[in-house]
Amino acid sequence: MTGYDEERIAELLRALPAPPDSWVKAAQELPRARAEIGEILTRLEADAVFRAALVADLESALVAEGYEATPSVVAALRLQLGVD
Amino acid sequence: MEAAVSDAQLVSRCRNGDEVAWNELVERFSRYVYAIAVQAFRLAPHDAEDIFQDVFARVYEHLGKLRSDEAIRPWIGQLTRRLCIDRLRAGGREGIVDPVDIELGELDETLATLDEAMTVRAGLDAVGDACREILDRFFCRDESYRDIGEALDLPAGTIASRISRCLTKLRVELEGRS
Repeated sequence: MTGYDEERIAELLRALPAPPDSWVKAAQELPRARAEIGEILTRLEADAVFRAALVADLESALVAEGYEATPSVVAALRLQLGVD
Repeated sequence: MEAAVSDAQLVSRCRNGDEVAWNELVERFSRYVYAIAVQAFRLAPHDAEDIFQDVFARVYEHLGKLRSDEAIRPWIGQLTRRLCIDRLRAGGREGIVDPVDIELGELDETLATLDEAMTVRAGLDAVGDACREILDRFFCRDESYRDIGEALDLPAGTIASRISRCLTKLRVELEGRS
C-alpha cells in the first residue's frame, strides 16, 4: 500500500461504519446457541410435524415450542433447513 | 504495544472452540459484511440484518473447510456478495428490487474501496488502543469532539490534535506494510 495521505485514510475509515450492536452481539452468541440448535436439529429428525412447522414459519414455530428465536438460532436453522 | 492477532491466528483459535476468538472474528469482520450489504448492494435494513446473520452462521458452520486460514477475508467477502445477490434476485422476483438497477462498475468500485478500507482498518490494530479508539469514534461513529472527550475523559480541546497525531501514526504504519 503506497500513497496514503491522512485525508485518504480518513475517507477509508469512514467507509466502514459500525453495524448495530445488537447484530454483532447476536452473531457472537452463535457458539452458545449451538447447544440449543443441536437439540432442535435432533428433534427435527425424529418429529416430522415439528419439522413441517419450522419450514412453514420458522420463528413462530420456535416460539410456540418454547425456544428463544434469537437471530443466531434462526439464521443457523434457516441454513440447515434451506428456507428463506 | 500488544501485537495484533492475524486473521489466520484468529481462525485457528476459532476452530479450536475459543469463544473469545469468535467474538473478535465477528467484531473484526462485522463492518465489512455490513458495508457490503448496505453500501455496495443497498439492501434494506431488514434484509441486511438477515444477510449479516446468515454470513456469520455460515462462517461458523464452515470454518473447518477453509482451505487457507489467511483467506478468511476474501472468503467472507465472496460469501456476503453471493448472499446479497441471491437476496436481490429473490426480491426482483417479488417485484421489489431489480438487481439490474445496481450498476456493475459502481459496485466493483465500492467493493474495491471496502477492501482497501479493511486493510486500513487492520492497520488500526497496530497503532494502539488509544489511537484506535479515538479514530474509530471520530471517523466511524461520527462522534463530536465533546462526546469523544467525555467518553475518553480527555479535554475536548485536545481531540483534534490527537486525531491528527493518530492519523499520522496510522499512515506511517500503513507505509511500513507496503
